[in-house]
Amino acid sequence: MARANTLLSQTVSDNEAVILDEWMQRLRQAGADQGGRINAAELQTQGRDFLSILKRTLGESSDVTGAAFEPLRELLADISRSRAIQGYSPRETALFVFSLKQALFAAVARRKDFSAEQLAQATWEASTMLDELGLHTMDVYQRSREEVIVRQQREIAELSTPVVKLWDGILALPLIGTLDSERTQVVMENLLQSIVDSGADFAIIDITGVPTVDTLTAQHLLKTIAAARLMGADCIISGIRPQIAQTMVHLGVELNVISKATLADAFALALKRLNKTVVTAKTPQAADSKAAG
Amino acid sequence: MAPAPADSTVLQIRSSDDVVLIRQQVRARAAEAGLGLVDQTKIITAASELARNTLDYGGGGTMAMTMVNDGLRRGIRLVFDDKGPGIADIQQALRDGYTTGNGLGLGLGGAKRLCNEFAIESTVGVGTRITIARWK
Repeated sequence: MARANTLLSQTVSDNEAVILDEWMQRLRQAGADQGGRINAAELQTQGRDFLSILKRTLGESSDVTGAAFEPLRELLADISRSRAIQGYSPRETALFVFSLKQALFAAVARRKDFSAEQLAQATWEASTMLDELGLHTMDVYQRSREEVIVRQQREIAELSTPVVKLWDGILALPLIGTLDSERTQVVMENLLQSIVDSGADFAIIDITGVPTVDTLTAQHLLKTIAAARLMGADCIISGIRPQIAQTMVHLGVELNVISKATLADAFALALKRLNKTVVTAKTPQAADSKAAG
Repeated sequence: MAPAPADSTVLQIRSSDDVVLIRQQVRARAAEAGLGLVDQTKIITAASELARNTLDYGGGGTMAMTMVNDGLRRGIRLVFDDKGPGIADIQQALRDGYTTGNGLGLGLGGAKRLCNEFAIESTVGVGTRITIARWK
């Protein structure tokens, strides 16, 4: 183990420049610098850093999972993470490490002073080391992608469930997208909390942005409406499109609740119930500002 | 049970995310088949119900989606397969308001009303296959 390590270490330190050149050439051939996401100089720097750390590390240990390899793994993790965020494919990311293999093998093969046995051992050592590092790269890549997905999911869950105050005592909840059980829970909590906070009499649930209303969605809606009613607020459903209305009739779903075609109609109804009316302003100032606007 | 036709797209149903995916795929195919907005919405809703049944009661399964041509008519046919416990009494399962879970009990009967063709083959302990079709 230790001997092969010295062999590899020797090979790398004697041929660093050659290995780097060949590695970069392989990367370019494989199209690593295409698409303008990374330029040749940046790639070159990453490669040089990697090789110089590798050279140092190989002199100390051959255990890829050990402490000595920590700096190298850190560097790879950084590179891998930045590529995951830039939207590189797994193949493109793994290529960085795996294309070093050919360059390193070639450098080992060029050593005239190695015996056949030493050659085989050095090659094997290089191969297992790079495989291990390649797997590490993919591990970090996958984790970074998952982090991105989880963050996006959280953003979507928060973004898509705002409760809007339309008037004193009138709340609107514009629903957008799929009402799966996890999001419905957030929606329901948000709505009920807003009803408590504002003491609203009316909650308008607008489903213009819900593409499909099936029995599960209907059930979620019904539960939300029933809970709102218990809190003392009446619900109005708005934005049921014609095709969804037909579908709901066929399904046999009955939402025992007032519904209006548009959010505007629902708002008008809620205002009427609260004995409020909207009138056109007749004062000269209002007319002026209207003209200016 | 006969295997699905070769030109069909088979989608896995293993999680509620797959149900969302199925709705999107069925929407795309139904639009491709030239179905109108109302017919599209109907078949999508039926697919959503059956996919969720496959997941909740059948323990997951597959959906095969085929475009069908019958002379001048065009349409889309969906086959839901699961290897779950099966349905003992199909008439009872189709009745509105009947459910063994905690849903509304309208999904299966509703899906039948939303489609032009509807067939259930089910063997207790073996699995269930539901075939639906919607024509233009």
